[in-house]
Amino acid sequence: MAIRERLSGNEAVATAMKQINPDVVAAYPITPSTEIPQYFSNFVANGTVSTEFIPVESEHSAMSACIGASAAGGRVMTATSSQGLAYMWEMLNIAAGMRLPIILIDANRAISAPINIHNDHSDSMGARDTGFIQLYCENNQEAYDNTIMAVKIAERAKLPVMVCYDGFITSHSVENILLMEDEEVKNFIGEYTPEEYLLNPDRNISMGPLALQDSFFEFRKQLADAMVESKEIIKEVSSEFAKVTGRNYGLYEKYMLDDAEVGIVILNSSAGTAKDTVDELRAKGVKAGLLKPRAFRPLPYVEITNELKNLKALAIMDKADSINAYSGPLFSEITSAMYTAKLDIPTINYVYGLGGRDVKTDDILTVYEKLLQIASSGKIDQVKHYLNVEE
Amino acid sequence: MAYNIKEIVNKESRFVSGHRMCAGCGAPPTIRGVLRALKEEDNAVVSAATGCLEVSSCIYPYTSWKNCSFIHTAFENAAATLSGAEKAYNSMKKSGKLKTDIETKFIAFAGDGGTLDIGFQSLSGAMERGHNITYVCYDNGAYMNTGTQRSSSTPHFADTTTSPAGKVIPGKLQQRKDLTEIMVKHNIPYVAQTALVFNLKDLTEKSEKAIYTDGPTYLSVLSPCPRGWVYPTEELAVISKLAVDTCFWPLYEVVNGVYKVTYKPAKKLPIEEFLRPQKRFRHIFNEGNEWMIEEMQKEVDKKWNYLLLMEEITNRV
Repeated sequence: MAIRERLSGNEAVATAMKQINPDVVAAYPITPSTEIPQYFSNFVANGTVSTEFIPVESEHSAMSACIGASAAGGRVMTATSSQGLAYMWEMLNIAAGMRLPIILIDANRAISAPINIHNDHSDSMGARDTGFIQLYCENNQEAYDNTIMAVKIAERAKLPVMVCYDGFITSHSVENILLMEDEEVKNFIGEYTPEEYLLNPDRNISMGPLALQDSFFEFRKQLADAMVESKEIIKEVSSEFAKVTGRNYGLYEKYMLDDAEVGIVILNSSAGTAKDTVDELRAKGVKAGLLKPRAFRPLPYVEITNELKNLKALAIMDKADSINAYSGPLFSEITSAMYTAKLDIPTINYVYGLGGRDVKTDDILTVYEKLLQIASSGKIDQVKHYLNVEE
Repeated sequence: MAYNIKEIVNKESRFVSGHRMCAGCGAPPTIRGVLRALKEEDNAVVSAATGCLEVSSCIYPYTSWKNCSFIHTAFENAAATLSGAEKAYNSMKKSGKLKTDIETKFIAFAGDGGTLDIGFQSLSGAMERGHNITYVCYDNGAYMNTGTQRSSSTPHFADTTTSPAGKVIPGKLQQRKDLTEIMVKHNIPYVAQTALVFNLKDLTEKSEKAIYTDGPTYLSVLSPCPRGWVYPTEELAVISKLAVDTCFWPLYEVVNGVYKVTYKPAKKLPIEEFLRPQKRFRHIFNEGNEWMIEEMQKEVDKKWNYLLLMEEITNRV
């Protein structure tokens, strides 16, 4: 039986972590994810979980301790944001390279400088090629659900998973959500039984060797293959989850897209805002739609490209800038897939909401208006746009 | 039971041959010595920082780590990595997921770069948190893996590739950072400094205390490097003995804050006896550089007297 609750995003995720009851949680506080280690410390202090909590002295040590604990054979989680994720970056690569199913919760926040505590996606986008699976969440329910599914996805794919949701907008806003029963979560995730681990009393192992010209490349190819295979694993786990909860998740979500003429691709909470704009436009007879990737790693390039093929104009929205004199990361990746698929539709890029700049339905409306112009003229005057910024 | 070197070295080693460490390096005997202090029935998880030891002992698909599990993740985090493994052990034992009666000990090995410099924060954090781990620094006084660059453990005036003895600057300008004392200030139950002397008796005994003391323990082992110090490879034991007889490297331990100087040379040799056989100090024997030797002697005397005083004071209380 589902339990109705009113929880903030961080509360929802901490609740999921409580129900998962991992062997080890190692974390260092940073706004806006700080509440997670706080809530979790309370669970530990009150004996609600049997987890060992490691209050490390830095995020670098948080991920290092997670790696040690996961290699030892434990089920392991951490949470961070922004500079914390940047500080972990070295170890994120090592977690994935060692094929450890660590779960990292990222309440997305801007990267300095200037310092800013509010939401954009520059932290997780900066970690996009570390070998972590990245799942993005629109709201508190998705943050809760993805945290639980992440455990199973990570352990099956032998890859670490990053669950990303918007700092403050999702982490601190309270919403009505549905929780699973503790037993349901326990049964859904099952026991973690690693094949090889440091503490295996029957078989000692060496992990993290020096691999030279004769083997390094093969390790990295296997890692890349695992990311390819994780696509099916995510779908599989999501369908198992749907059977228990009735909530369906794919690799991405479409909203009014099938017959749309103008569409946008957008991640996380802004997709919720954009859905309202789509509703307004649909009420006026405008064929607007959107696509929200759930998995950015692995990004379902072929599937997404196929969904976009009937559009007359497309805007790909990035809440992170690549500072590459061209475009944001989502735009680069999706247009690259479109080129390979010989899909030639007018496509523009919007960078929006950096450092928590508010993005309202009216702002999204200006994007669709631009797309309608492009759809009728067939012409693009400028590829990259900045939404709602003082020039 | 009296110390018997034959018995000790006949124990099955957990760090076996085939590794690629240099002849005359102090690290392998250090590692073997520490691991021999493990009870035969106990298992161990070893965490190593990036460095000579790690790149030479576990080259895929080979490993020199036997009858223990080994993990290397990065340079600056041997302590944090080990702290995670130790907590997983506690957690999985508590929850019954780890079904075994075998006791596992947790030991980190890192050089002075991975310990005093880049790994300092991770080490300090793990010690402060009170994990049941033993951290061993094999201290060769420079970044030897990358070719003898200065570290904060490099002795005053030593010639390294980033503190070269030049016409204007006479080698490293700073004194060594004294990490052993900084570890004492972490209020951990056991801190010790040792070297490869006296048929490894000191190393063996201190390793055993470090591994079998409950809580975080720290062991600093002088680990001569023939490449960086520039001495003949067969002189490892000789150079180690000179380090302790000159009191350049005092042997002592601190048990719950109480100091014990474990070796007081009957005749304390002048510091130049330790410096002269090493080419990294060649320039300080040039005419006009006598002041450097005098200064080093003063530094050694000051530290030695400090230790004797600490021994007296902490045993009095």
